[in-house]
Amino acid sequence: MEQAVFSNELEVSYEKIKRVSSSVATHLFLILVSLGCLFPLWWAFASSLKTQETVFSDLSLFPKAPHWENYLNAWTNADFGLYFLNSLFYTSVVVVGVILVASMAAFAFSRLHFWGRNVIFLILISTMMIPIQTASVIPLFVLLNKLHLINTRLGYILPQINGGLALGIFLLKTFFDDLPKELEDSARIDGCGRFRVWWHIALPLARPAIAVLAIFNILAVWNEYLLAMLVLSSKELMPLQRGLMVFQGAHITQYPLLMAGIVITVLPVVLLYLLLQKHIIKGITAGAVKG
Amino acid sequence: MHLQKLRNFAGNYVFIAPALLFFFTFSLYPFIKVFQLSVTDWDGISPMMGIVWLANFKDLFMDNPVFWLSMKNAFVVTLLALTVQNSMALFLALLCDRDIRGGNVYRVIFYLPPVLSGIVVGLIWNWIYDGNYGLLNHFLSFIGLGDLTRAWLSDSRTALVGVSMIHMWKGFGWGFIILLAGLQSIPRELYEAARVDGANSWVVFKNITVPLMIPVFILVSILTILGTMQIYDIIIATTGGGPGYHTEVPMTRILTTMLNTSQFGYASAMGVVFGVILLVVSLVQIRASKMMRQV
Amino acid sequence: MKPLFRQKFIIFFLALSLAGCAVQKQDAGTLTVWHWMSDRESAFQELARRYGEETGIRVKFELFAPSEAYAQRVKASAQTNTLPDIYGVLGEKRDFASFIRSGYVEDLTPALHEDNSAWRNSFYSQALAVNEFLPGNEYGVAPGVYGIPLDVATIQMVYNKKLYARAGLDPDAPPKNWEEFVRHCRVLNNRDIPCLVSGFGEIWMIDALAANYAMNWMGEEKVFKTYKGEVPYTDPDWVRVLSLFKQMTDEDLLVQGAVTMVNKTAEQTFANERAAYAFNGSWCVNVYKGMNPALEYRAMLPPPLTDRRPMKIWGGAGSSFVVNHRSPNREAAVKFLRWLTADAQEAYLANETQNLPSTRGSLDKVAPILAEFADDIENATHPNIYPVREKPVVSEAFNKGIQSILIGEKTPEEVAGQVQKLKEKEMRR
Repeated sequence: MEQAVFSNELEVSYEKIKRVSSSVATHLFLILVSLGCLFPLWWAFASSLKTQETVFSDLSLFPKAPHWENYLNAWTNADFGLYFLNSLFYTSVVVVGVILVASMAAFAFSRLHFWGRNVIFLILISTMMIPIQTASVIPLFVLLNKLHLINTRLGYILPQINGGLALGIFLLKTFFDDLPKELEDSARIDGCGRFRVWWHIALPLARPAIAVLAIFNILAVWNEYLLAMLVLSSKELMPLQRGLMVFQGAHITQYPLLMAGIVITVLPVVLLYLLLQKHIIKGITAGAVKG
Repeated sequence: MHLQKLRNFAGNYVFIAPALLFFFTFSLYPFIKVFQLSVTDWDGISPMMGIVWLANFKDLFMDNPVFWLSMKNAFVVTLLALTVQNSMALFLALLCDRDIRGGNVYRVIFYLPPVLSGIVVGLIWNWIYDGNYGLLNHFLSFIGLGDLTRAWLSDSRTALVGVSMIHMWKGFGWGFIILLAGLQSIPRELYEAARVDGANSWVVFKNITVPLMIPVFILVSILTILGTMQIYDIIIATTGGGPGYHTEVPMTRILTTMLNTSQFGYASAMGVVFGVILLVVSLVQIRASKMMRQV
Repeated sequence: MKPLFRQKFIIFFLALSLAGCAVQKQDAGTLTVWHWMSDRESAFQELARRYGEETGIRVKFELFAPSEAYAQRVKASAQTNTLPDIYGVLGEKRDFASFIRSGYVEDLTPALHEDNSAWRNSFYSQALAVNEFLPGNEYGVAPGVYGIPLDVATIQMVYNKKLYARAGLDPDAPPKNWEEFVRHCRVLNNRDIPCLVSGFGEIWMIDALAANYAMNWMGEEKVFKTYKGEVPYTDPDWVRVLSLFKQMTDEDLLVQGAVTMVNKTAEQTFANERAAYAFNGSWCVNVYKGMNPALEYRAMLPPPLTDRRPMKIWGGAGSSFVVNHRSPNREAAVKFLRWLTADAQEAYLANETQNLPSTRGSLDKVAPILAEFADDIENATHPNIYPVREKPVVSEAFNKGIQSILIGEKTPEEVAGQVQKLKEKEMRR
């Protein structure tokens, strides 16, 4: 009797050791990968606290005399205040636009019946695959000029919404396809129209997919600058990345200020991701409904 | 009743109308224009252009080994990304999907490389790979593999793999996010039920996770293929396509042809051919995904 | 989100969009200038302010960077006739010619020749030559000067005096010819000092160095004949030039990894005293000053292969502005450029950004090392003033071939053969 209890305890502690050691190994591995990801950002951060003279000679990761004033200089030299608001505006409008337009289309492709459904779907998402943006720069410019959209906010926003659509439709359709049909049927019985099913049922359920889509598009718009250079001329309309260009001359790059600027521009994206990833985790509850 | 049905039918189109409007204006129109340009000898400036019909395409297919070499290079990088990068992303997503302590922190950290711009990534990796003072060479000498040290990006044997490493490092975060979202939407009860039945982790992974994740796998691999085939900013920031043509990819060829040598018509033809190849590859993928789902 | 907050949000965005629409129209009294020189942006803004005070004419400088984005923007705007009053054309002379032929560029010759050519004579002739089309040029452009240079640049060598002394070499006696250069490099290498660094990942730098030696070894005439297709690249003289690069690899004359280096990295290497020589442009003065003010270095010509002919280097206008032929403000634009290149403004620009001024009158106001570069402008030539140019596709293959030689993958003979094959294909077109 006593013997049995003892061996049972032994087994429990063995299980515990196994669990703990596997968790330690997991964390060790994750920490190692994390260091690989953090290192460059930390390097950029450390460089942002150095001077142009020391940035490539002093390779320390913890500068002894940090030049915090670089941040102030970067902020003022690059007119970040103005660009920041612009980028905030562009990013929100494009992301909302992509989500609305793409989710409507994805809902239709997944749930509604109409003639040519599959063909239209294939044609639409195939735009995602054709790297047209490089070769079509001049045609796009000519088009925007005809529409009187050069040097306007709308001219910068619309092509970017279009740019996010193919992926958005594809991602959301994949998601909608997996949603159980019964939900929608019961809603229809309750007298909901197509629009209300889309708005009140499909969209809320698609939250994890929408969060992923938002993360993709936020980053794309936030980091965009080639289109801005093509479409916009006035400084008042320029996005954040234009600010970083001030530090990169044709011949001279002011590395510490550039790095400070990069840290400033990267932070909001990381913060937004922190907020959005909660919605990805919410997929658990959405999944529960689905199962 | 008939009218009602018709209205119902038409109403369905309202849902795709905005997307179609965008598509026709900002995708189809420029694409047709590029197609038009691809049969000209336009230099990108002059208002005049001569029609050369299919001469650009003929030259591209018959007489441009460099373009096809660049295509091969892109395929190599893509193959590496599909296997190494995506397995890494999946493995990390699986680890983070379990309720481990600090899971949130890891999730944020893995998202950092994709956030960084090509400039920072290029600068830091140039320094890591540097032949004389590079971090990698220091490390190799330190662990006694000093014979392996070299200027990694200037060596014809390592340049392409070196560039691929940078790309995969920068790209795995995307796959991670999507895969994690997919894993999170698998109902936990399924796992619990399987565990109660006595299945070990591997069996659970094979019989529950993988089948449910197939659409997500397909999505991630399509995005990987499209993203990697169109790689160019990292290459411009590190090797510029060199040494020789060892790291040239289609996008660097198109840009060089368009901007440095001002053969806009020819560059458009390259864009069309490259686009069609990507289209075919992706459609095959989508087709395959449909078949897999039916199994 | 609380409703009130949401409302504020919407109002904020609406206000922003409306503000965006209001910027559009520009009045005729304003001159718009497009440029790509982000390092000169603040100096330009200051000059625009001064000009506004002096004349009451508003000048608006608009920056598009990096230069690739700028080039795209200018080409796209040309298609829709929306170019500004003043802009710059980037790229090869062929592109410049295409802009002129398409009627986007004003001929500035009459303005330059007013008052006994006073404006014309204020510039270095090499600076203007880049913007000039001679009678009977191969591009079919009416002869004349079409652009106003802001600064000049030369691409040549610099060497580090301290490293020279450390290796026991005389810091005031840089190598006078190629043989001596190789000898000095051996001495430096023995002291673990890497020799030459350059941004050979940017193939135009290879192009520049190879062209320098080709002209020194076989003379300009023979080089041009090659471009015309009358002399093959397989000629022993060309193989000799290519073999210099083989020698660079065989004798470790080049810093490891330079073959794929971007020039900015090469500049860091030299500034941090990790290479004894650099092949670089005169803009490096400002770069080195920022990275290592204590760097002791001197400018020199690349050590010639033979003394039978002079050593030629690339040099000429660094950046130039043109006037839009279709602009209603043409005359005001020319007037502004005349003011911008007057001594006071040139000196201001040169001092703000450490560039060599394009006018002789402001040279005495620049740093001594810059003046050293300026001395060598007499040796300068530039592809844009060659009577004939190589086709870009052939140049690319030539430079990429040199990269292959540098990594020991191909021999000079192989590269010469491949380039010649491509050349013949291009000639048949």
